[in-house]
Formats: sequence, structure tokens, C-alpha cells
Amino acid sequence: MTELTNRERLTIPRQVMPTQKPRVRRTNFEEVALGFTPELARQEAERCLQCARPRCVEGCPVGVLIPQFIQALRERDMEGAVRAMKEKNNLPAICGRVCPQETQCEVQCVLSKKGQPVAIGRLERFVGDYELTYRTCPLERPEDTGKRVAVIGSGPAGLTCAVDLGRRGHQVTVFESLHAPGGVLTYGIPEFRLPKGVVRAEIEYAAECLGIEVRPDAVIGRLYTIDELLSEQGFDAVFLGTGAGLPTFLRIPGINYNGVMSANEFLTRVNLMKGYLFPQYDTPVKVGKRVAVVGAGNVAMDAARCSLRLQTLDARETGEELGEVHIVYRRSRTEVPARAEEVHHAEEEGIVFDFLTNPVEIYGDKDGNVCGMRCIRMELGEPDESGRRRPIPIQGSEFDMDVDMVIMALGTRPNPLVFYDAAGLERTKWGTVVADEETGRTTKPQVWAGGDVVTGAATVISAMGAGKQAAADIDRFLRGEVNPW
Amino acid sequence: MYEILRKEILSDVNKRMDIAVPDVARKARAGQFVIVRVDEHGERIPLTIADYDREAGTITLIFQEVGKTTMHLGMLEPGDELATVAGPLGHPTEIEHYGTVVCVGGGVGIAPIYPIARALREVGNTIISIIGARSKDLLFWEDKMRAASDELIVCTDDGSYGRKALVTEPLRELLERPDAEIARVWAIGPAIMMKFCAATTEPFNVPTIVSLNTIMIDGTGMCGGCRVQLTDGAKFVCVDGPEFDAHEVDWDLLLARQRFYLEEEKQAVERWQHTCRLVEAREQVDTLAEREVVK
Repeated sequence: MTELTNRERLTIPRQVMPTQKPRVRRTNFEEVALGFTPELARQEAERCLQCARPRCVEGCPVGVLIPQFIQALRERDMEGAVRAMKEKNNLPAICGRVCPQETQCEVQCVLSKKGQPVAIGRLERFVGDYELTYRTCPLERPEDTGKRVAVIGSGPAGLTCAVDLGRRGHQVTVFESLHAPGGVLTYGIPEFRLPKGVVRAEIEYAAECLGIEVRPDAVIGRLYTIDELLSEQGFDAVFLGTGAGLPTFLRIPGINYNGVMSANEFLTRVNLMKGYLFPQYDTPVKVGKRVAVVGAGNVAMDAARCSLRLQTLDARETGEELGEVHIVYRRSRTEVPARAEEVHHAEEEGIVFDFLTNPVEIYGDKDGNVCGMRCIRMELGEPDESGRRRPIPIQGSEFDMDVDMVIMALGTRPNPLVFYDAAGLERTKWGTVVADEETGRTTKPQVWAGGDVVTGAATVISAMGAGKQAAADIDRFLRGEVNPW
Repeated sequence: MYEILRKEILSDVNKRMDIAVPDVARKARAGQFVIVRVDEHGERIPLTIADYDREAGTITLIFQEVGKTTMHLGMLEPGDELATVAGPLGHPTEIEHYGTVVCVGGGVGIAPIYPIARALREVGNTIISIIGARSKDLLFWEDKMRAASDELIVCTDDGSYGRKALVTEPLRELLERPDAEIARVWAIGPAIMMKFCAATTEPFNVPTIVSLNTIMIDGTGMCGGCRVQLTDGAKFVCVDGPEFDAHEVDWDLLLARQRFYLEEEKQAVERWQHTCRLVEAREQVDTLAEREVVK
């Protein structure tokens, strides 16, 4: 193929990734976005202008070598693409699916000034999936440094940190409290957005190559304290990547009725425990006929879209009509924190959005089951400390919603369990760990932290970025180049 | 995977298992629990650590076969392995010198009350224990409880063994004894029993501790499925408990929340029994076929 000119490249439209049609996908838990075919991927790769100063890379929290991997794709050099990718990102099949590219790399793409940016995320996923299938360039394990690191939590931050430390020759043990690794990638993000097979394969592949030990069922804070890991268990350093796993419930009457649950519980039942396959799997999950999901972040979208699928499966079995799923959000569409693609997919599937609406009370029937929710209309006032316009209740605008299930997706806080007996580890009043932004160093010697446990609930990729930075600093410490304490 | 080392049938539906899980045994204390998952398709259920042996690296679990998971667990034998044993979870019992303490264990609740009674006695408390069950065949560990108590009262609902009474009756009598200086009561058993124990002790103003067993998934505070309403707000049984002041618990809400998945539990049990019958039938067919071959 002859080299195209930039003018020619500009005429290629952004390639459309095949997806399951909304009517079909609301009846199953299979992946919505089907991924680029090799031909689509090459076409899309041809659109990249290979900027001398690539802005896209600046937008990426882990600094993926975007022009390099796209160039390799263009040259049909898959191994080269994988190698370029893995310079910075060890979990591309995951990032390609869940990163908010539209606010990170793609928003920076020069093409987005005049039209559609290069579909960097979809190309990343293409490379990631290829490597999981063909394993062209396994990570190499250098000579053992004899240093041991305990990584607590196997979510995005912990995994990234573990892999980067493994690549530097340290012996890593990852402690996971649940029975399957992946953290939020496994218990939180649904199968139709991030297949669990992909998560498992990505983790197993990296762990195998680098000799990383993953220990499930290990609740740090109870089984071992952080101090015990550093003393009797003989670890030289500890990385805390335990995320933000504690659910928040609205402080309104009626939150303990049956049918009110945290998005965490609902999603864990569906994703980790495979409740949608009950009774083939033992854990049941119930869904109402009229579900209200409170909140409008990615977790809320996930909970709403899982509800919809469960309703469709139920309706198939009973022959009754489909239910309804509402997103109830106290601000307006502009402030919705979820990724654009998720909102778009949710709307396509038929989720109803009730903006500027806030619950004030949940009603229960005589058996203690949810039978309605009282809400109040809101309007937007002046911006608050988060920079978003503050929602203010409109007096006298209360109304009742007919619902039989309420899912709370209001954000999460770090789980304090891991801090048991961890003297000297400073935390903020929000329960997050105080850690240096550049290095992840905490106030406790030999302990680093990164991801949601430091920032509060954020994105997968920012957690990966933090894990990466901490790994670099832990490495310097283990080699005796720095000793910050 | 976690190996079952020993199994003991305590009664038709109550079974005891010792599980090899050294690092949990090393840390376990009275009052704590573990999350157990039988196999890859299994649900996660909380079970109290009834005993532990740090040297042998084992913990003892006692369970009543009430649902699909416990029925499945009950069919396993030494040498079989469990997919998950995670813990020790929850706060341990606050073992202190209180004076005279009454320990009430109902049904399978006898298992968790035993290590508590023993630990309380070790620090100098006088222990009066009451154990009870629906009928004789559901009672177990009378000898252990006797050894851990200064006085033991045994009762059954139907009078088939010991005194014919609900555990609340001897409990009230103890509280009414003129010389009784009962400092504290621990009551563990079915929610309804704990509710009535709480109602019994409340007029006497005797601090009463119960260990709650609710629906749970992770056991680490993540799902909130186990939340209970106390006088001063909602708490999570897994991380704030499992022991609570019985007089603060909203019992009716707790009982309602326990019933949420009743239908699904029934469905799972039926499916399990059906599978077991199929397996049994298959085995019979195989045996017949073998006989044919021998002939």
C-alpha cells in the first residue's frame, strides 16, 4: 500500500465499531461493543496524522505511545503495535473498553478540532484483544532483585503497580479480599461492557509472565495487618490499592426496606456472583418492575442497564410486559458524570432519565417491601466547590414515583477495614489516604497508596496511572536510590 | 481451595466440619465469622467460627442445613475442598470480667455461643448457660457447654429432652432470682429467639448482646446487604458487628429483610433436591447395570 498524504487521511471517516443492536442487547449480558475487525482497525489507523508533538499522549494518564502503536498497526506489524502498547500499558484490552477516551486522549487529537478524533480507545482494544489471543510478546521477567512487595487490592491500581514491579524484577504478592481478582473490573463493571473473561485473561497472562502471586480470599486488616505484612511476613514494601468500596446511602426515611440496595450490592450480585444466571449460579438477584437508580455516574449507568436486562429476561420467562428503569439525578444533563458512550448506550436501550429530581423518602408496604418513592424537583443555583452548579430544591414541588426497587449509586468511599492497626497512616476526613501525588508515598514508612483509596471514586485509568507512579517510586526505594522516610 | 479435614454429624441437619485454613486459624477469635463458598457456582454465606486450633491450623464450622448451600456443604466429606474461606471477619466478642453472665444458645446458635462462654469463663466470669432446640435430635455439644459453664440448663420446645420450654422461660427465671446479679446476657440463635430474649431482658435492664446472621455477600462492608437498623442509625453486620446491643436492634425490620430472597431460596432448594434425586436414581441404575454385568 502506498503512503497516504495527510489530505487523503483527512477524507477517511471515523470507522464505526460494530455493536449489538439495542433491541437485541437488552435481552442478553453479552458485550455491546463488538470491536474493530482487522480491516476497520487498519482503516482507522490510516486516519492518524502522526503529529510531531502528539497531544493525545499528554492526555493519557499512563502516557501510552499512541502514534507509535498506531503506526505499527498501519504497517500491519501487530507485534510492534503490542510492544509499543506494553511500553506503558499492561492492560490494554481493559483500558480500551473502559477509559473515558473522549475526555483524555481523543479530546486532544488534532482531528477533533475539525471533525471526529482518531478512535484511539477502539484501536487500543483491538491491540489488547489481539495479544490476549496470540500472545506475541509476553512480558519479560528480569533477574530477581530479591525484594518482596505486597500489593493490597487487585483492581486497576494494584494490578498496574504489581505488573510494573514485576517487570522490574521484584517478587510481588497481590492480596485480594474477594474470591476473584480484578476489583471493580470484576465485581462492578458488567459483563456487557467488560467481559470477565477478558479481565481474567489479562490478569493471568501478566501474572504468569512475571511470576506474580495472586492470593484471593485475603482480607488485609483482618487476616494480616499492614504492619504484619512488613514485619513477620517479610515484605519490603506495601502498596495500598484498595479502592473506594464502601457504598453511600441517602439519608432519607425508608432506606432499609426490601428492594433498596446499594449499586455495589446489586452489581456484585450480577457480575461477581453471576446472579443473572440464577439458578445455575446460586446467588439470586431480584429486579423490580419499576426501578429507580439514584445517581448518574458510570456505576448508575451500569446498574440501570443491568436492571433493564434482568427485566427483559424476567419478562421472557413470565410472558409479562417489560418494566421500566429510571435514572434519578438531582442535577441536569450537562452535569452527568458518566462517560458519554455509557449515557448514549443507556438511552438507546430505553432507560428513562429524570433530571433535576431528588428522592426525599422511600415508602414501604406492610411486608417491608418498597412501594414508592417521594421526590422533589430541583433547580440549579450558583456553582459549588466542585465547580458544578448546586442543585436547590423547589419548594412545594414534591411528587410520588411509582417504583418497587431503588438502587443507590451515589458514589463510594474507601473501606476502612484495611487500615486496622495501621499506626502512622494518615487519612483525610473523607477516609481517603494521604499520599504524595507524584509518588504515592503515604505518611507511613514503606507504604504507598494510589487509585480511589487516595482520590475517592474516580476512573480506572487514573488509578492505573497512580499505580504506575507508585511502582516507579517503590522501585527506586527498593534499589536504595531514595529513602523518603 | 480449602480442605475439609474432619466431619461430624451432630444431628440430622447439624454438621460440624474442621477446615484447613492456617492463617485464618492463626487470627481467629471468639465471635468472628468467615465467608464460605462451596464451589465455583456457589453463593457466599457467613458462618461463625465455632472453634479454632492454631497449632493444627484449622477452624471449626457448624451449620444447619436450611438452604441449598448448607445442604450442599453437608454432603461434602473429608478430603473435599471449599472454593472460598475468607476471614476472620467482624469484631471479636468483647471478653472482659463482667461477673455473672448468662449465655443462651438456640439451635445451631449453640455453636457460636460455645467459644464465647468458654472465653468469658477463662477470664473469671461465672457462666450460666441455657441451650435449647426444637427437639432432642437438634441438640448438640451439651457436654462441651457443661464444661464451659458453671450451670447449664437444657430445654427443648417439645419436651423430648431436658426441660420442655423455650429458652426465654429459664432466662426470665434467672433474671427474677432474688440473688441474681446478672451482669450481661449473650444470646445467639434464630432471629426470632434473639428478639424474644431481648424482650425478656429489657425490663431487667441487663445489657444483652446478640450475634446477628444476615444476608451478606462480601463480608467486608462493600455491599451493605447486611445492614440493620439500630437506635442510632443503620449499621453493617459484617464490619460493625456481628455482635450488637440487643435492645437497640429493630427486630421486625431484620426479620423482614431476612425474608427478601425466600422465594429464590425455595427454588434453589427444590432444584438441588431434584438434582440429588437424579444423581441417586443414576447411581441405582448404575448399580443395577453392574449386577447385570456380574450375572
